[in-house]
Amino acid sequence: MYDFDFERPTTIQDAVEALKAEEAIAFSGGQTLMPTMKQRLAMPSKVVSLTAIDEMKGVRLDGTSLWIGGATTHATVKRELAESYPAMSSLAGRIGDPSVRSRGTIGGSVANNDPSACYPAGTLASKGVIVTDRREIPADEFFQGMFMTALEEGEIVTAVKMQVPERAHYAKFIQPASRFPLTAVYVAKFDDGVRVAVTGASEMGVFRWTEAEEALSSGFDAGAIDGLATPDGADMISDLHGSGDYRAHLVKVMTKRAVAAA
Amino acid sequence: MIKIEMTVNGRPVSGEVEGRTLLVDFIRQTLLLTGTHVGCDTTQCGACTIHLDGEPVKSCSVLAAECAGARITTIEGMANADGSLSSMQQAFQDYHGLQCGFCTPGMVMAATALLEENPTPSEAEIRHHLEGNICRCTGYHNIVKAVQAASGQDVTPVAAE
Ligand SMILES: Cc1cc2nc3c(=O)[nH]c(=O)nc-3n(C[C@H](O)[C@H](O)[C@H](O)COP(=O)(O)OP(=O)(O)OC[C@H]3O[C@@H](n4cnc5c(N)ncnc54)[C@H](O)[C@@H]3O)c2cc1C
Ligand code: FES
Ligand code: FES
Repeated sequence: MYDFDFERPTTIQDAVEALKAEEAIAFSGGQTLMPTMKQRLAMPSKVVSLTAIDEMKGVRLDGTSLWIGGATTHATVKRELAESYPAMSSLAGRIGDPSVRSRGTIGGSVANNDPSACYPAGTLASKGVIVTDRREIPADEFFQGMFMTALEEGEIVTAVKMQVPERAHYAKFIQPASRFPLTAVYVAKFDDGVRVAVTGASEMGVFRWTEAEEALSSGFDAGAIDGLATPDGADMISDLHGSGDYRAHLVKVMTKRAVAAA
Repeated sequence: MIKIEMTVNGRPVSGEVEGRTLLVDFIRQTLLLTGTHVGCDTTQCGACTIHLDGEPVKSCSVLAAECAGARITTIEGMANADGSLSSMQQAFQDYHGLQCGFCTPGMVMAATALLEENPTPSEAEIRHHLEGNICRCTGYHNIVKAVQAASGQDVTPVAAE
């Protein structure tokens, strides 16, 4: 890893200023960025740590409206939502391992938008809105493809807002070596419909399986999925861990499991 | 260079680091606390696990500069005040929870953190919690037994998955 300047501002405003420097990069838990920098896939001139910004930390619940600060760790989300939103708590509690959860943050996870990450699915299914230092972006527009988001240069995810559904579950088929999902599905049932978000499958990153949403909105039962065609495997990630067709099959299986467990 | 101060194993320490200095390198090379091991250097194996403000972290994946003002505990800080082994360390010895010992500091730190959060974990919870700590020798069963014993629970005779 090449050396860099290091700054640790305590306000969002100072962080935005610090990120205006040439080749500056935002740094949260570092659980993705540290390995990337060690491999010199990222060579920032300046690292701006977001971990000392108190206004970006914590979990607040107002009725069914949830606000999670961008610098809130997976471990905190797991703990804080255990009663009020168990499905999201469980998602956070199954990311990586305890050490990854002590450091990794929701802001870093959605900003990175790894095609196999957990939070993008949970956020998209929970009617998420990504709050940044300059605007609010609905999750449907925020996640734009593998490692691609609507974020502009130097824009910071300061919080993630969600709606707590009536019922929800995250069915994660784990890839045991990386502990990321091989494929995973987050199902959330609201009074006005069902959302089904799929991660670890599409070449385009997280997506909503709309056919399943329609079928489940008219009857929230795992059997409602049986009649649906499997999504097209040709558009799915194909690697040594599983072919596109295998992942497409998993999408259907994990959706049924999520509904049954919700 | 960045000047940092922190508390390590109850003692105040200070030093100068570069932006890129890893916490594990500061611990091993500046503080000369070499009980914390580096297995993979890529956030995978858990050999470098320490406690940062009470939570387990992989010190190969934390910048030293991030830890200014933090409270850190390493394996050297685990023994009791009189020098005797902590109950977790003793249980690793009693139940043969180590062979070559390379993963052991990280295992002990991870397992100790588990019992602080959950004093009587089930066997499944122990295994889930130790997923980020890799051991190439023991096959894990004796490590699970050690954690069961350290938490004052019955030890499963033949640990199953
Ligand atoms: C062993 C291991 C297992 C893992 N398993 C899983 C898993 O099962 N599921 C899963 O979802 N993830 C998993 N992860 C990834 C983990 O959740 C990361 O913590 C997360 O993806 C990135 O969050 P971070 O806070 O560490 O971000 P960092 O690594 O600090 O940053 C990641 C990227 O986001 C940018 N960034 C960070 N914060 C912000 C912000 N607030 N605003 C704008 N940009 C920002 C950075 O510039 C960088 O490009 C795993 C990681 C490891 C090492
Ligand atoms: S050396 Fe840090 S996780 Fe392996
Ligand atoms: S005892 Fe040798 S790696 Fe665990």
